[in-house]
Amino acid sequence: MVEYRIDRHSGVATYVQIVQQTKQALRLGMLEPGDKLPTAREVVEATAINPNTVLKAYRELEREGLVEARRGLGTFVRKGLSTTPADSPLRLELDDWAERAREAGLGRDDIAALFTAVLEKHFQGEPS
Amino acid sequence: MTGTAAIEAAALGKRFGRRGGWALRDCAFRLPAGRVCAVVGPNGAGKSTLLALAAGLLAPSEGEITVLGGRPGAARERVSYVAQDKPLYPQLTVAETLRMGADLNTDRWDASVAERVVADGDLNPKSNIRALSGGQRTRVALALALAKRPELLLLDEPMADLDPLARHQMMGLLMAQAAESGTTIVMSSHVLAELEDSCDHLLLVDGGQVRIAGEIDELLAAHRRVSAPADTVLDAHTVVESRTTGRQLTALIRPLAPLAADWQTGTPTLEELVLSYLRNPQAPTTKTPETVA
Repeated sequence: MVEYRIDRHSGVATYVQIVQQTKQALRLGMLEPGDKLPTAREVVEATAINPNTVLKAYRELEREGLVEARRGLGTFVRKGLSTTPADSPLRLELDDWAERAREAGLGRDDIAALFTAVLEKHFQGEPS
Repeated sequence: MTGTAAIEAAALGKRFGRRGGWALRDCAFRLPAGRVCAVVGPNGAGKSTLLALAAGLLAPSEGEITVLGGRPGAARERVSYVAQDKPLYPQLTVAETLRMGADLNTDRWDASVAERVVADGDLNPKSNIRALSGGQRTRVALALALAKRPELLLLDEPMADLDPLARHQMMGLLMAQAAESGTTIVMSSHVLAELEDSCDHLLLVDGGQVRIAGEIDELLAAHRRVSAPADTVLDAHTVVESRTTGRQLTALIRPLAPLAADWQTGTPTLEELVLSYLRNPQAPTTKTPETVA
């Protein structure tokens, strides 16, 4: 199950935050195919956002083929994005790298900037 | 027009006393059913008058207002209204107040909802209403309003007395109600930030008039924030606000033609939109098509 956290001051539209957090949960393997997303009622009761915002996010996820709405049952994950589970070699290597970067005296922002620059180099012009 | 209307007003006006000023005048709008509507505007703008008219507690001085397809009084059974001062009987206990709600609404009452709202606030059912804090009274009033399972919920400044945690909790409850039952919720506040994430529809009341009515997403998409050279002419568009600082002109407009490519433009935030209208009383009224009565 995934729990959404809405940041009102992020400047990112609320429904986009839900889409992003769902994808993040899929990537990290916290959501897998067959899992049920929380109902709109559950989400709005916890976050106090408008129900239509949740439905809009779920429609977007459905459009991207990641989830499907089953009438009367809820919204379910169709496809995982689980390329990097918590114990994958890539993640362990990155973990290791981050540790070395820190030991080398880099701060959080330095590391983020470095990582973003490398991403930029490899994925130039591709949408995120 | 699509769907049914929760509230429809035409040439609606209200004046207190024969010589009193007009609290509301020439109001025309339509609120489709199933929306969560924010009624915002400065103090004294006419928000409370509008809600009391919809609740059937005030009669219009001119024009008319229709609620759930009929006269406001006729729909009373299906409408909950919580006034700004949360009127309750001070000598009753919390439990007695809820029993009164049950006895007065035998066909619709959902006791589990009422008990849950009260229990979430750690309220002792045996406490007298008189002994409760403002926030606790608000909670009891909302428990009554929700347990009635209304089709239309009218809330006048519902969150003003609540601490941030209780506010978030109560707003969550209201949103759950909207998600589950499709209840139309209309709530007023002069603090826009309080309502922004929870509402999908906006009524801006200012100087006794409805100046903006519509779906929030649609309203934002219909306006542009523009920065351009100071000598730019905006005549082709509806200008809400325009200011010149040095060589630069900044404006909020409703575009009626393609915008020049060399202008910097962006979509305004809800707060920018509302403030621009409030700063400029002469700016034209904006209503999206589905809200035109």
